[in-house]
Formats: sequence, structure tokens, C-alpha cells
Amino acid sequence: MSLESLQTAIRDAAASGAQLRLRGGGTKDFYGNAPRGSIIDTRAYAGIVSYEPTELVVTARCGTALSELESALEGEGQCLPFEPPHFGAQATLGGCVAAGLSGPRRASAGALRDFLLGVKIVDGRGRVMSFGGQVMKNVAGYDVARMIAGTLGTLGLIAEASLKVLPRAPAELSLRLEMPLERAIEAMNRWAGRPLPITATAWHEGELTLRLSGADVALRSARQALGGTALDAAQAQARWRAVREHTHPFFAGNEPLWRIAVPSAAGPLALEGKTLVEWSGGLRWLRSSAEAGAVRDAARAVGGHATLFRASDKSAGAFMPLPPVLARLHRELKNVFDPAGILNPGRLYPEL
Amino acid sequence: MRAFLPARAVLYEEEDTRPYECDGLTAYRRLPMVVALPETEEQVRQVLQTCAAMGVPVVPRGAGTGLSGGALPPGDGILLSMAKFMRILRVDPLARIAVVQPGVRNAAISEAAAPFGLYYAPDPSSQIACTIGGNVAENSGGVHCLKYGLTVHNVLRLRGFTINGEPVEIGAEAPDAPGYDLLALAIGSEGMLVVVTEVTVKLLPQPQFAKVIMASFDDLEVAGRAVAEVIAAGIIPAGLEMMDRPATHAVEQFVGAGYDLDAAAILLCESDGTPEEVEDEIKRIREVLQRAGASRMSESRSEAERLRFWSGRKAAFPAVGRISPDYYCMDGTIPRKRLGEVLNFIGQMEKKYGLRCPNVFHAGDGNLHPLILFDANKPDELHRAEQFAAEVLEKCIEVGGTITGEHGVGIEKINQMCVQFRPEELELFLAVKRAFDPAGLLNPGKAVPTLARCAEYGRMRVQRGKLAHPELPRF
Ligand SMILES: Cc1cc2nc3c(=O)[nH]c(=O)nc-3n(C[C@H](O)[C@H](O)[C@H](O)COP(=O)(O)OP(=O)(O)OC[C@H]3O[C@@H](n4cnc5c(N)ncnc54)[C@H](O)[C@@H]3O)c2cc1C
Repeated sequence: MSLESLQTAIRDAAASGAQLRLRGGGTKDFYGNAPRGSIIDTRAYAGIVSYEPTELVVTARCGTALSELESALEGEGQCLPFEPPHFGAQATLGGCVAAGLSGPRRASAGALRDFLLGVKIVDGRGRVMSFGGQVMKNVAGYDVARMIAGTLGTLGLIAEASLKVLPRAPAELSLRLEMPLERAIEAMNRWAGRPLPITATAWHEGELTLRLSGADVALRSARQALGGTALDAAQAQARWRAVREHTHPFFAGNEPLWRIAVPSAAGPLALEGKTLVEWSGGLRWLRSSAEAGAVRDAARAVGGHATLFRASDKSAGAFMPLPPVLARLHRELKNVFDPAGILNPGRLYPEL
Repeated sequence: MRAFLPARAVLYEEEDTRPYECDGLTAYRRLPMVVALPETEEQVRQVLQTCAAMGVPVVPRGAGTGLSGGALPPGDGILLSMAKFMRILRVDPLARIAVVQPGVRNAAISEAAAPFGLYYAPDPSSQIACTIGGNVAENSGGVHCLKYGLTVHNVLRLRGFTINGEPVEIGAEAPDAPGYDLLALAIGSEGMLVVVTEVTVKLLPQPQFAKVIMASFDDLEVAGRAVAEVIAAGIIPAGLEMMDRPATHAVEQFVGAGYDLDAAAILLCESDGTPEEVEDEIKRIREVLQRAGASRMSESRSEAERLRFWSGRKAAFPAVGRISPDYYCMDGTIPRKRLGEVLNFIGQMEKKYGLRCPNVFHAGDGNLHPLILFDANKPDELHRAEQFAAEVLEKCIEVGGTITGEHGVGIEKINQMCVQFRPEELELFLAVKRAFDPAGLLNPGKAVPTLARCAEYGRMRVQRGKLAHPELPRF
């Protein structure tokens, strides 16, 4: 597939006002509000464009399988530091950037947007534009590239993305400790304020799992400081994969799944339902049939926000509504990138 | 202004407004009509609302250390100094954040966090003077940003106003705020989208221990390759900086950092972490640098010595300021592997324009700071320096880099924006600006050129012998 054919498809749709649903492997079809429009499948626009390990940058086309990209990096001892969830073997780079989701390493390494150095997009008029680039530091023009992360295809088709990559940690070690949530939140935040190599945390039903990454010497001294029992390596790897990919039993079943982001030190939320906590307390997954308004109020009360992540009924809106001034700015920006309103309409917010 | 600002907060006599005529880019000067120094958010809102209603341009200003003319005042408008917003509102050691006003100095945040073993990571060399508001506007970096990131990686939330005086809160203390990432858009927007009145930053635990290696090289290109070798070995140093011989000579006279003055270039490579980790990593770095052709190496043996090694690098600009009446600091970023080529090119330009150009280089990030020395009192030297700079910036674009890594476009590099971006991309930037500021009153004429200006610059990108988008009108 050529970039021109993607451009033509978008240009034609803009002319006729036909709605388009941009889609890679479809692994994140569940995310956001229900997709609508005729599908543009990006998977044929694939391939790694350039990868130079010593420059710490990889550039690939949107249809590139995330697994293929990650194995190329692994071959050079590098990784995507934000550890993105795939949610299925078909996951593509384009979908990964559009969803903007980061995995267990988010609290220590940063989010997807932190590693997004540049994008090439096709906007809602079918124009190809590039923002950012392949270098680490670039402040020429507004940082449109980073802003594209998490836009769920509403501002443009992400044709190509350049990501900063990092060396994989030489060693990892996971520890398990028993403690109630309130104490776990306090402990995770206290530890995060000390120079400890903690790169992932997960609390569920009284059990806190920590992952340490770094040089052997650092892991040894951290282990002494933290205590707990060590998981064996295979078990640990499976555990973090299950948390990242939502194959952990907590994520099974049909009860609505909320993704509640809060300031990490906020105490346990007074909401009905089971919870799994990541990111040193900053991310609270919740299985609950509680009313959407109640969940969002509880999140808002501590300065957070709640996303209805997986649910059969998303009539409450997948994402927390924006305050009026920000909502207006969103509409204006949508109008800049996609004046005909044809790209993934409604996927992020009904009016975008 | 006097209706809602105290008399001392409105300056309009020339002797009072003169100090605001330029920022760190002193080649460009303009007296503002009025300088306003509000002290509260409400006053900021009133200034903006009033200016917007009257169609008067507003330029925000922090400490005025910017190097691209971002805070150059409008001759027919208000210079909005945020200098009175100097309070650290909250340091929360458990949540590891600080909430500060925009006029707080960068270094003051780390000072306030130090009792808790925390610090604010981005450390521009100007950190004792520059403000966090200016850092946000420029997305400033420092010598440790290879490992710890730029401003955009370390700011969680902003409060401020649009030009119309509408309050906005962008980002959040909680991760991944919903909607578009307006925080990424606002950071580095050079004071053109919002006036920032409050900043929430992330604090990091101070590394337990750090050590720096100073390595000498007989050849600049070999030094450049050594940088790539360090990275290829899977090491991300806490800092990785390069200086060439003219730069070390300038610095050594000024601060006496103990640099090897015989070397064609020196690398400063820092490791931080637990003492065991550092020893381990330093050993690996030494091996790599040795293999890569370092002619001499020395390690800091104490914290005082480590700081002394860095003091030279951090004083590079003022040091150069001592050996030349004027200097012009460039800021291009390039893929590291093209370093040799770009340095050779700079050498040729030194001959072509008859001006000297020492180099300091955030080598780990590929961010170059060639410093063109000139004397503005000599006829034509400023002009030659500007042409020299323009050629170097365009070379940075040619090798796949960018015209600015951390200092911003401002007024200085606005013509080169026409080379780096295509007309439709520039148009998009202008449209983004209009979304926030329809009348174009907030810091007008900076950072993004109009297409008319590009046509004037005569550099509308010629592609394959043809103008891109011939259908667009040329002015
Ligand atoms: C000796 C020296 C060394 C330097 N070293 C570095 C370095 O290592 N790394 C680096 O990145 N930079 C460096 N700089 C450049 C400069 O210090 C930074 O760009 C800094 O962030 C500017 O901060 P300031 O407070 O001086 O801002 P100013 O120069 O006053 O303003 C800069 C921009 O910010 C805008 N602005 C300021 N405050 C606000 C606000 N509250 N709301 C909205 N917009 C605002 C202004 O309009 C302007 O566009 C150096 C400068 C000097 C002189």
C-alpha cells in the first residue's frame, strides 16, 4: 500500500463527507467510544523505515506489527521503554500511538508520548505532514508530534512514527510483599522518592509485586532495602505480561472495567468493586457496576479522572467530559486537522 | 492598566522600560510601550482581557535569559513580566511534586526539594537565573536530560490564561489527562498559546552518588564516534557532553575547571546511582572510551571535583562572552553520526565568514551549541555572524536534524522555519495558534513565520526543481 492511496481515500471521504474508521489490527476496537465509519485498514502500510541503535531512534510505518518492531529492538538489546500493552497479536504501531497507552513501566520510565519524537500524519484533508523528527531534542514549531499520541485517530492518520528507544535493563528481579492497599500506596510513593530501581508495581488483593530493573549490584542492594520474597524469573515475566495485557484473572469477566488515574499518593478510593493498582498508586483499575457519575466524582475529588475502559455499555462516555474552555479548544483543534469531521468521529468525544 | 494594577506595577518611562528591551539575544532590541508586573492571577487575567479587548499585543517574560528573542517586547504593546510570581506554593515529598509560580527560578525548585532528598531534573546552564515559566515556554533542557528528560518530561500540569483571559488548566497531577495532550502543545510554545501562572513539576529522588569521567581526544570525529560507542554499549550516562579546544581554552581562563587544554576535544561523561552501580558503570565507560581512542582520562575523586568538572561546561557561554565582545549561540540538533560532517562544515564557515566558532555540544542528545564570535561594533560582523548561523542551521536540517533543540525559534530562527517545514505544516502551526489566539495578540511574530515572510526569505522549499504546492499564492 502506498501513502498516496491512504491520502486519496481520505481526500475522497472529505469531499463526500463519508466517515472513516482508521484501524490497524483492531486490538483496541474496544477502547474509547464505539468506532463508526468505513474501515481504512492500515496494516498494508507497514515496515521499519529506519533503525539505528546508536541513535536510540526507530522509525516505522503505522501498519508495522508491534511485536515485529519489538523483536527488532530486542535483537539489538533495546526496547520501547513505556512497555505498551498489545491487547492481541495483531497490534500495530499506529494503533499503539493513537491509543497512547503505556504499560507497567509508565511510572518510572515515562509515557508513550514522552518517547514519541516525530510523526508523519495524513490529516483530514489528505495532506501529508511531518512534525518533530528523529532527533532527541527538537523545539522547532509546536510539539504536534507528542500531542498526536492518544488522539485515537481523530486528528489524522498516523502514517509513520519515530520513537526514542533505550537499552534493556541488564537484569530484573520481582519481589512479592503482603500489605493492605493503604499501606502499599504509602510504601510505593515513599520508595519512588528514594533512588531505588523500581520499574513496575502492582497491588491486588493484599499482595504487592515490585519489579526492579538495573545492574545486578543495584538489584541486590535494593532487595535488601525492600524485603519480600523473590519470584522466579519465568513466573515474574508471566506476571507482568498478564498485568500489561489484561490476561490476569482480575481482568476476566464482563463487569465494567474502569481505568482511574489519580495523583499517586491519593488514598484508596471509596468505590465498590475489586481493584488492581499500578504505577506506584497512580493507576487504579476497578471492576465495578457502580454508576458512572459516582466513579467519576470519586476520581475528580482527588484530582484524577476515570475512563470507562471495557464495558458493554459506554453510554456514559468512555472519557471524562472536559471543562468548557478545554472542550472548546479541542473542537477548534479538531477543526484545524479535520475540518470535515470524517476521521474516527466520536471515538474520543462525541463532538470530535 | 492603572485601574487594576498598583502604580509600581506599571512602567512606561523610558528609564524603567529600558531593562526590558531585549532578552539574552541582545542583537535584537525594542522598547516596550508599557511593562506590566502583575502580582496575582486576577491581575494577569485583567491585563490580558483588557489587551485582547483593545487589540493590544502582549509578550510574556520570565527572567529574560532566552537566547532566541522570545521575550523581545512588542513596540506597540505590553511586556508582561511574570517576575513577581516568585512563590513556591507547595512541595509534597510523598507525591514527589512541587507546585510553583512561573517566576520561580529553576534552581530554587531543587533547593526547596533538597531537604526531602528530591530535585527537579532539567538543569539548563542558566538555572540560577532562568524561571520555570521560561523553561516551560522553551521546553528547556540541561546537561542531564539524556537520562532525565526535558521540561516536557518533567512538568505535570499548568495553570494559566488564554489571551482572552479565559482560565485554563492543562495536564494533571494524575497521569494521562483525558483528551488531547495540550500539555505537550503548551510546553515549548514560546509564550504564544497561553500565559502560564502556575506550574506543577515532578520531583525525582537525588541520585545517591555520581561521578564524572573527563576524557581527552586528539580528534573531534573520534570523540564523536566515542559517544556512539558508549550508547552502543547499552549505557545511558546521566550526562554526556563534549567541548572542543577553543571552548575549553575559553572556559579554563574563566573558571579553571581543570580541563585538558591539549586535547582537540574533551568528553564529560557522568554516571549516577548507588555507589556500586556507579563504580560498575564508570568501569564500563572507561573501557569503551579507551577502545574508542581516548588519549587521557581522569575521574572525579570527590563531589567538589565533580562539580568543578561541570562548572566549566555550565560556564561555557559566559566564558565565551569574556573572550569576545559578542557571540551568537546556535542550537541545532543532528543525528549524532553526522557530527563529524557538521563540525567540518562549521570549520569551513569559520573561514568563509572570517569568524571564530568554539563548540560546546550536548553530545548524548546530538544538540550542538556552536558559538560564533563577533564584534557588533565592527561593520558587517553581526551580519556575517547571522549568515554564518543561517548556513549552519540549514546544514542541520539537511543532515536530518532541527534548527533548535532547546533555545526556541523566537525571532532569531524564524526564517529557517521556512526551510525546515513545508508551507502546509507552517499553515497548520498558524491555525493551531489561531485556535488559542484568533487575533494573534499573544507574542505575535515569533516562532512561526507567515507564508508571506517565507516567500520573502526566498527559500520556499524547492523540491525536485519545482516549488512545493505551486497552487498556493506567493506573496
Ligand atoms: C548563559 C545561558 C545559558 C543557557 N543555558 C541553557 C541550557 O543549558 N539549556 C536551555 O534549554 N536553555 C539555556 N539557556 C536559554 C534560557 O535560559 C532558557 O530558554 C530559559 O528557559 C529562559 O527562561 P527565562 O525565564 O529567562 O525566560 P525569558 O527569556 O524571559 O522568556 C522565554 C520565553 O518564555 C516566554 N515566557 C516566559 N514566562 C512565561 C509565562 N509565565 N507564560 C508564558 N510564556 C512565558 C517568553 O514570552 C519567551 O517567549 C541559556 C541562556 C543563557 C543566557
